Amino acid sequence: MNKVEEKLFQNRYRVDAGRPHIQIADTEVCQVQCASKPCVVCCPASCYTKEGDGRVTLITDGCLECGTCRVVCSDYRNVLWEYPRGGYGILFKFG
Amino acid sequence: MQEKFDIIVIGAGPSGNAAAYTAAKAGLKVLQIERGESPGSKNVQGAILYSDALEKIIPDFREDAPLERHLIEQRVWMLDDESYVGSTYRSQAFNTPPYNRYTIIRAQFDRWFSKQVQDAGALVICETTVTGLQMDGARVVGINTDRTGGSVYADAVILADGVNSLLAKKAGFHAELQPRDVALAVKEIHFLPETTIESRFNIGPDEGVAIEMAGKITQGMVGTGFLYTNKESLTLGVGCLLSDLRTQRITPHALIEKMKEHPAIRPLIEGGEMKEYSAHLIPEGGYNAIPTIHGEGWLMVGDAGMFVNSVHREGSNLAMTTGRLAAETVIELRAERKPFTAANLARYRHKLDQSFVMKDLKKYRDMPAVLEKNPQFFTQYPQLINRAAHTMLLVDGADKKSKERDIRKNFVRKRSRFGLIGDAFKLWRAFE
Repeated sequence: MNKVEEKLFQNRYRVDAGRPHIQIADTEVCQVQCASKPCVVCCPASCYTKEGDGRVTLITDGCLECGTCRVVCSDYRNVLWEYPRGGYGILFKFG
Repeated sequence: MQEKFDIIVIGAGPSGNAAAYTAAKAGLKVLQIERGESPGSKNVQGAILYSDALEKIIPDFREDAPLERHLIEQRVWMLDDESYVGSTYRSQAFNTPPYNRYTIIRAQFDRWFSKQVQDAGALVICETTVTGLQMDGARVVGINTDRTGGSVYADAVILADGVNSLLAKKAGFHAELQPRDVALAVKEIHFLPETTIESRFNIGPDEGVAIEMAGKITQGMVGTGFLYTNKESLTLGVGCLLSDLRTQRITPHALIEKMKEHPAIRPLIEGGEMKEYSAHLIPEGGYNAIPTIHGEGWLMVGDAGMFVNSVHREGSNLAMTTGRLAAETVIELRAERKPFTAANLARYRHKLDQSFVMKDLKKYRDMPAVLEKNPQFFTQYPQLINRAAHTMLLVDGADKKSKERDIRKNFVRKRSRFGLIGDAFKLWRAFE
């Protein structure tokens, strides 16, 4: 079990299709200003990916709703972070 | 939902449930809102339940609460790459009822706790996210939810919305969390037959073991690992300060993978089936990071208020105690017909100051800064101690006096004489 995708596959989610609860406020800030991109490293579900051209893409489907990406983006405050709508998102079987 | 309640509790974790239960039991009209599909479905913990805090709320909880194993043995391991030096405390006193602590599975436990809240008379609404606080000037008078027409009013609102507490930030009560004040923990649960767990850990039915770990598993970052026995599963995890993860650029899932490879850990989880991977922020800033916890018409409990004793790995008991004391404050003020002003609700803070919650947090107030500024406690010392043990225990023809001299030399080379004295002093001060 080396890949995070395989770990996430064990989890239960109710995805709110088309309504991601986290968004990058200004993609240019990630691409141009932020060199270290801590969200890419620190997200425990690897929701953030650094693309070849320096852009950061975000797919929230595997999100564990921990808040790390928002807190770790303390230099730019570029993460718009809300909880999913009631009943959506991760549904822990064990917690 | 245009009704008015005495209290609205936001969140159905240990602190919210403790508050809602206590208030409902006293006859208050309580509404509790939970964003998960059922209480517990958004909640993550190691998890160890400390009986004392729950006994003060539900004295006979042992009769039907879903408890996994009572802990009879606690191990502390200081790890190097391929070894550990550890201490174990195992006692029949911890194996005699009433038991002091249990492992629990939060999704099950929280659902049970919520059932008690509902039986006590509170209205619990799930699958509803609170989107903001209703304000009348500086006063909290209710909440907005993501349900249509979802505003509800109350005389007091208890924020039990967890470590992130977006509501307090949106309302301007709190600033954003600092990466140095929170640890990110990742956790896995592995299922194994009951009998396998019992033979691997040398325990009988219902008996449990907790292992807390520090050293190489956090790869130089401030943090710890754990491994707990449930009835037919093991939970293991590792957590590090977010500020360290950011600087060292280590991904959390790589950290837990590495942990599982350790030669002392791998045989314990061998053959288990991993059924869930979770992550959670733990507020570890301690006493100095505690934010404003009450104001006009509102109180804050649990993780939202930074109520975690990271030195002793206690959190759920602080959560339940803060929840209970917040509710008791509201109950008392109502009986005295006093309004829920910030000045009157300061009684909650006073109650906390008198309790173990603030006393313990105050005792360790300097610990977060000491550990953050002195990574040697997580790097050089575990290594030095492991190597010292190896040197002394290896029979290789060298005499013991020479071995002792080598060990001493190693310590001095790594830390210098003044360094060693300074480190001892720093730790003594932080624990004092």
